[in-house]
Amino acid sequence: MSNDTLTVEIWRGREEGEFQTFQVPRMASQTVLDIVTYVQRNLDPGLSYRFACRVGVCGSCAMTVNGKPRWTCRTHVDKVAGDGTLRIQPLKNLPVIRDLAVDMTEFFQKWTRAQAHFVPTATRGDDFAQVSPDDPRRKEASAGIECINCGVCYSACDTVAWLGDYLGPAALNRAWTLVNDERDGGQAARLKAIAGAGGCQSCHSHQSCFELCPKHLNPTAAIAGLKRATVKAALKGEI
Amino acid sequence: MTPQRAETLEWLVQRASAAVLALCVIVHLTVIVLAVQGGVTAKEIAGRVGGSVPWLAFYSVFVIAVALHAPAGLRNILREYTSLGRRATHWIMAAVCVLILGLGFRAVVGLYGLGA
Amino acid sequence: MKTHRNHANYWAFVLHRVSGLALLLFLPAHFYVLALAVEEAATLDMFLSWTEAPVVKLLETGLVILLAAHMTGGLRILAIEFLAWRDWQKSVVAITGGLSLAAGLIFLLNAG
Repeated sequence: MSNDTLTVEIWRGREEGEFQTFQVPRMASQTVLDIVTYVQRNLDPGLSYRFACRVGVCGSCAMTVNGKPRWTCRTHVDKVAGDGTLRIQPLKNLPVIRDLAVDMTEFFQKWTRAQAHFVPTATRGDDFAQVSPDDPRRKEASAGIECINCGVCYSACDTVAWLGDYLGPAALNRAWTLVNDERDGGQAARLKAIAGAGGCQSCHSHQSCFELCPKHLNPTAAIAGLKRATVKAALKGEI
Repeated sequence: MTPQRAETLEWLVQRASAAVLALCVIVHLTVIVLAVQGGVTAKEIAGRVGGSVPWLAFYSVFVIAVALHAPAGLRNILREYTSLGRRATHWIMAAVCVLILGLGFRAVVGLYGLGA
Repeated sequence: MKTHRNHANYWAFVLHRVSGLALLLFLPAHFYVLALAVEEAATLDMFLSWTEAPVVKLLETGLVILLAAHMTGGLRILAIEFLAWRDWQKSVVAITGGLSLAAGLIFLLNAG
């Protein structure tokens, strides 16, 4: 490989399209997002992609990099382009808007469908809830709470690809943090939303979500927790 | 029963039958290894299983557990790789369950009868 | 291979699905042959002597490995779903694979 330039293939178009090849100068500590930004600013201003914070907080810049979904702002080229080439595609399992930008609507609609939102029970007259950091449920919630909604797990999940209505790892992981939130008042509706068709029972524990989550969260373990919770509810006739 | 509850209980049946099957398969593999020493014959099979109530009970549990377990896996495969609807896969699952029960009990009861 | 699928737990899933389907397809033939013992013992013995052929023994070894792999892989899934999470998932996959091959080897050695 040449050390000063990198051959980069970037997806152009929508579902139908083709790869376009660019030569990009190599720099120290260069990230995949740096590469895409270089192409857009210097080689082809028409390239569409999405990013905001550049430091792994906002979750907007995920793309498929050499076959695997990655957060591009925190993925160093050294780590993924060992053979000197880089192939950058939009995330899988979501409709492509253009080039590297995908439509995340369905991804977030599934969060809504999974009732993956907090349902408050206290009023403004109540004092703050005291939740001990040592509480086992609090620990379960803490383990999954740092999700940045980047869509990497959703894009890596074959069950999402095979079953169109499957809620997917991110929404289910979020639901599990709320199942463990003792202040939450939406438990019955949530368990009903995540059981049945497209729900947590569809998961086969492939663990691609766990393998690739940039925040090192474990949606597979969260979904296993939901499976146990829905079984308990089903046996009691609560769902 | 709500569809959510039904789906969850079906999933539980698949897992529970899997746990039973794990025990059955350990016994089955042990018997296979011991039985093949010196070759298997119809007489050997009849001598071991024929008229034996414990073996009748064991193989009955084995067949029932398979009949509950395998169709659920097949249904997942059909749901994920074909465009068959939920109703179609449900009926295929039921048919495979009945098929396994029918063929399985024909063999199990037949073998038990050899010792009578 | 550069894909999100290339990791131990995904391959364990593929093996579980393929072995499950293969065992389901084998089952009717297995039950049919056993039922022969009742009605036609001679036919069954003819069939059983056919299974003494080395090629058939190898195929049977394959079945034993598939059965052991589906069983150990299934216990692995039950552990993921019903027990506390363990961080040594890849070791568990390796252990299930090792046990399955061992079962096939024991069968083959005894069959000889």
